[in-house]
Amino acid sequence: MGMTQHAEPAVTTPPASGPGKVTDGRTSERPLALRLLARPEVGVFLGAVAVWVFFLIAAPPVREGSSMANILYQSSTIGIMALPVALLMIGGEFDLSSGVAVITSALTASMFAFQLTLNVWAGIFVALLVSLAIGFLNGWLVVKTGLPSFLITLGTFLILQGVNLAVTKLVTGNVATDDISNMDGFDQAKKVFASSFEVGGVQIKITIIYWLVFAALATWVLLRTKYGNWIFAVGGNKDSARAVGVPVNFTKISLFMLVGFAAWFVGMHNLFSFNTVQSGEGVGQELIYISAAVIGGCLLTGGAGSAIGPVFGAFMFGMVQQGIVYAGWNPDWFKAFLGVMLLGAVMINLWVSRTATRR
Amino acid sequence: MDRSSLSRSRRFAPAVALAAAAALTLAGCSSSSGGKKSEESADGASAGKATTPRMTIALVTHQSPGDTFWDIVRKGAQAAAAKDNVKLVYSADPSAANQANLVQNAIDQKVDGIAITLAKPDALKDVVAKAKKAGIPVVGLNSGVSDWQKLGLMEFFGQDESVAGEALGKRLNEAGAKSAVCVIQEQGNIGLTQRCDGVKKTFTGKLQTLNVNGTDMPSVKSTITAKLTQDKSIDYVVTLGAPFALTAVQSASDAGSKAKIATFDLNKDLTGAISKGTIEFAVDQQPYLQGYLAVDSLWLYKNNGNYMGGGEQPVLTGPAFVDKSNVDAVAAFAAKGTR
Repeated sequence: MGMTQHAEPAVTTPPASGPGKVTDGRTSERPLALRLLARPEVGVFLGAVAVWVFFLIAAPPVREGSSMANILYQSSTIGIMALPVALLMIGGEFDLSSGVAVITSALTASMFAFQLTLNVWAGIFVALLVSLAIGFLNGWLVVKTGLPSFLITLGTFLILQGVNLAVTKLVTGNVATDDISNMDGFDQAKKVFASSFEVGGVQIKITIIYWLVFAALATWVLLRTKYGNWIFAVGGNKDSARAVGVPVNFTKISLFMLVGFAAWFVGMHNLFSFNTVQSGEGVGQELIYISAAVIGGCLLTGGAGSAIGPVFGAFMFGMVQQGIVYAGWNPDWFKAFLGVMLLGAVMINLWVSRTATRR
Repeated sequence: MDRSSLSRSRRFAPAVALAAAAALTLAGCSSSSGGKKSEESADGASAGKATTPRMTIALVTHQSPGDTFWDIVRKGAQAAAAKDNVKLVYSADPSAANQANLVQNAIDQKVDGIAITLAKPDALKDVVAKAKKAGIPVVGLNSGVSDWQKLGLMEFFGQDESVAGEALGKRLNEAGAKSAVCVIQEQGNIGLTQRCDGVKKTFTGKLQTLNVNGTDMPSVKSTITAKLTQDKSIDYVVTLGAPFALTAVQSASDAGSKAKIATFDLNKDLTGAISKGTIEFAVDQQPYLQGYLAVDSLWLYKNNGNYMGGGEQPVLTGPAFVDKSNVDAVAAFAAKGTR
């Protein structure tokens, strides 16, 4: 878990923060437990455990393995997107178009393959190009204009929302895509993006595995590679990062493209698990991804965060959303419960890290 | 030429090669099944065209963008407009205040007739009065079956959501259901709530409601799975839109539940599921008919002074049940996206 990586990248330590390695009475080593607790992902880990234990007690069905698999599945579809969104936030930018971009990708793959009667892999490939292009456009506009990414991606969010609808209607004559489940390559693609396998009598969805693999990969990139250092640097202070030779534009554009890649991935999962796509879906999801990243300890202002934190953030979302149903509570209160539980979780997170960093 | 153009063409060569390769690859991977090629090109009901003078009709609904249901309403309206030599102006906004503005906009355009949905009747009262004052005939469709006369609309085409819910509840009783769950994809939507309430009224078993996030299908799937795991006695899932019914089928199999699925509203994938037997039945309110009749009635009024329903009764377009016994007749039309 989060315990193994308390090596902060060099760039994030504030310059001239004190007298360096000289130890005197005032800067004595603090206990290991407290230092661990001070890390944001440990706080969110404890918050997630608290929510989990709460529902284990309140909702008996949660104790079954299949329920856990279902909760993790819901968490994984949020979590796969929350990862690049978190990296982008560490890099100091937002992407409000990420929710509808998922649907754009799924629509592109489905319509391209169906209309030209091609193997679905051709559609998948074209959708990847489109998704990366959207990411590139977002990033390029942000670095070229210097405008806040909030505004730029608000623009692309609206554009994609309209394009999804208008193009689908233009091409198919309907507002949903045609069923592609009987086309060549579909079964193969379904195996890759939307299959499940059995472990001890419990059906595990493959997205859970991808989610954890991507999280491990993102953690490694963030903490062990030069590119990871660049992300922290451009999010912390763009100008000083540029001054020490960090390719700021490249880093930012590639982060936006990474979000595009994840949108493609989740889009393909949606397409191959549900066979068709509704063009109006996806609106509002971007805020869920951002929330998962923020609950996971990513700073809204950039420069700090982790890839493991958002994993627990996404888990917390999935757990609360499904836990309320497993507990059989009055559904009218659903959204309110969700809000209260999330606020509570964030408070625990905050309290833990405050207590741990107090001198 | 100079060297720069040479080097540019050299730089282009790989790009051209790549594009050619991509085109070849694409040509080589066409699908042998499904796709556009297998879809028959059969056009909708396009008969002749009226020779009456050109008129303009505004259709203003509370549609939210990208809803399959409203797409069918609009297709019906367009079909009638094409036949009746009518120019159709379509606009929509889910917020009542914005919808009222759109009606005002139509009045300002001096259209020859207005068709509106009364999802929130009180918000539209003033603007309907203005239209009447301007001498523009107004008809209602889809929602507002209990309010259209109060607002002074001439005619109404739609289904009473509560009545439709009650009909579905009775149908569940006939099927021997003991415990059902009503899945609401948009929390707080009046029409959807009325449907579930209607089911509750006539259904003799236990009915629970479940709110799901309709803009995120994986979440809908997980949430229905969770509900079916939490309460294993549920033997019927009632969804309020066709795409959610198809997802509920997956949820039931994930949860290892034997619950059957029934739904409000149709689309072409749903008719397939009904003939396969994975979905039991659907309640159809014939949205195409609502759009069609709204436009056609304004044309009739203008050209022959007719009232449908005699100005006293609403014209009901539903509830019509689609199940295994009649799905084949409906499927051909649903495939075109008009039923």
